[in-house]
Amino acid sequence: MTETTIKSDIIKPENLVYKKTDLMTDKVLSYCPGCGHGTTHRIVMEVIEEMGLMEDTIGIAPVGCSVLAYEFMNVDMQQAAHGRAPALATAVKRLMPHKTVFTYQGDGDLAAIGTAETIHAANRGENITIIFINNGIYGMTGGQMAPTTLPGMKSSTSPYGRDLDMMGHPLKITELVAQLPGTHFVTRQAVHTPANVRKTKKAIRKAFELQQQKVGMTFIEVVSNCNSGWKMTPVQANQWMVENMFPFYPLGDIKVDGEILKNN
Amino acid sequence: MEKELRLMKGNEAFGEAAIRAGTDGYFGYPITPQSEVMEYLMAEKPHERTGMVVLQAESEVASINMLYGGASCGKKVMTSSSSPGISLMQEGISYMAGAELPCVILNVVRGGPGLGTIQPSQSDYFQSTKGGGHGDYRLITIAPSSVQEMYDSVKLGFDLAFKYRNPVLVLSDGAIGQMMEKVEIDKQVPRHTEEEIRDKYPWATLGRYKGRERNIITSLDLDPARQERHNEALQRKYSEIEKNEVRFEKINCDDAEYIFVAYGTSARICQKSMQLARKKGIKVGILRPITLFPFPYAQVEEMAEQVKGILSVEMSAGQMVEDILLAVKGKTRVEHYGRMGGIIPSPAEVVTALEQKFMKG
Repeated sequence: MTETTIKSDIIKPENLVYKKTDLMTDKVLSYCPGCGHGTTHRIVMEVIEEMGLMEDTIGIAPVGCSVLAYEFMNVDMQQAAHGRAPALATAVKRLMPHKTVFTYQGDGDLAAIGTAETIHAANRGENITIIFINNGIYGMTGGQMAPTTLPGMKSSTSPYGRDLDMMGHPLKITELVAQLPGTHFVTRQAVHTPANVRKTKKAIRKAFELQQQKVGMTFIEVVSNCNSGWKMTPVQANQWMVENMFPFYPLGDIKVDGEILKNN
Repeated sequence: MEKELRLMKGNEAFGEAAIRAGTDGYFGYPITPQSEVMEYLMAEKPHERTGMVVLQAESEVASINMLYGGASCGKKVMTSSSSPGISLMQEGISYMAGAELPCVILNVVRGGPGLGTIQPSQSDYFQSTKGGGHGDYRLITIAPSSVQEMYDSVKLGFDLAFKYRNPVLVLSDGAIGQMMEKVEIDKQVPRHTEEEIRDKYPWATLGRYKGRERNIITSLDLDPARQERHNEALQRKYSEIEKNEVRFEKINCDDAEYIFVAYGTSARICQKSMQLARKKGIKVGILRPITLFPFPYAQVEEMAEQVKGILSVEMSAGQMVEDILLAVKGKTRVEHYGRMGGIIPSPAEVVTALEQKFMKG
């Protein structure tokens, strides 16, 4: 009885310090505990809510772990064939230039099967925002080698580690996309600490603001973990990501205002 | 008002029809023998005429997925290609069939398999009418046999595509695409406004307007029971289409002892063959399917009860003949005559084939 009284005393609007955005549905996330997808979904939706864009936003879900993004993101959504999200987004934006259009894609989707769609949408300078989750692995299908898998990194199709002679090199597609004149803002972020979440959210907001100015493609890579695919605990996975992924995929802005930054 | 008549190539007529029908977007990739469609559209500046978007994509794979994106917004979108390009689109077409998205796809068929030839053929009949990509689905397939019908197939295509929320394939060929004929041009149909799309197509992803539930366009459902129900609903839709949308033309069938069943360019050749045969005293008629899915099974069966034989004339190894055999149910003799690899049969050789297959020995 005492407990109930205390609870009802606490749950009052004036005591509210955090509230889940209405643009995330109540559906239980299909992502593994510790995965960066959930956080990234939330901040994308928070930005759309804060900017008041709900009525004019169309999101495109990929094939991969986030294939069901439309179950969680409470805006109008289309689910694309594997790798083709930028082609869908191109048409949506061309046909309705006043809408906010984003794709949400993983590294297998965006940097392997969808390389052509990614590069050409970027090169045409489509006024869309691409949110690119890079966890160096195919998560949904059970942890196979991705175009982004690090040298020596183990996966179910590189069980002895990625052998560069046999399997080729990891692809830094974000640096590649930054080279194209059609991109305006290209950045690489992460969501493993509260500070990084804030930075990523800021970058997403900037991208959506730039989209309204019709200055070309905005592209945000989020380096993320895959604790189940990497066969680690969430804490280990984040540590491994900091020690191994970040040196290869360094965080920070790559292209700002259409200019590639000097250190890139 | 006086009719507007023009002399046009089939491919150009298709492009002009696209603008006049109030199409919102065309997305394509060059391939012979249909490149005139996009060339015509680009030259016409439809963006200035109606606000229509015309975009040259990086591949047919991208084109068809642009259609997926545009169609998901309730927009009238179309593409055109030729056989190898249409093969590349099959994945996207399957997704659009699964997600129940309307669009018009033109295939100006060339001979295959592989890179094949750039000359006309009808060897994509199976791909067009039996599915084409993965999964249990059908495309409404319209087969024009004149430049006028190329033109008319755009409006008919969009009407059927939106009525049934299903992709429509216009199955033309290199001859119809390249030849020039007189075309009667419609007056301009205005493009739908966003408000009109909201009213007509409440499923369209235009943004979560005024607090409505979100709209989702997907072909995915991981739950087998729900996925089966979805498939059953698709099959019911295809049955409705079979019931309502069969289109065909009968020429001189009343007294016919033999009929040619042929579509597209072959049907044009058969008109001359029919005249040659009748001069020789052979009573021949033509049954021309205009829709290939739905196929005019009942009409072919009805003719089977009247005639001594049916000759299926196709520029293929014999694909439509399988549907004729299904329709005829053994009630009369059915033979196939066809040329492949981009060869167009002459009217005389079709008559010879008729005589050899049905009247010798």
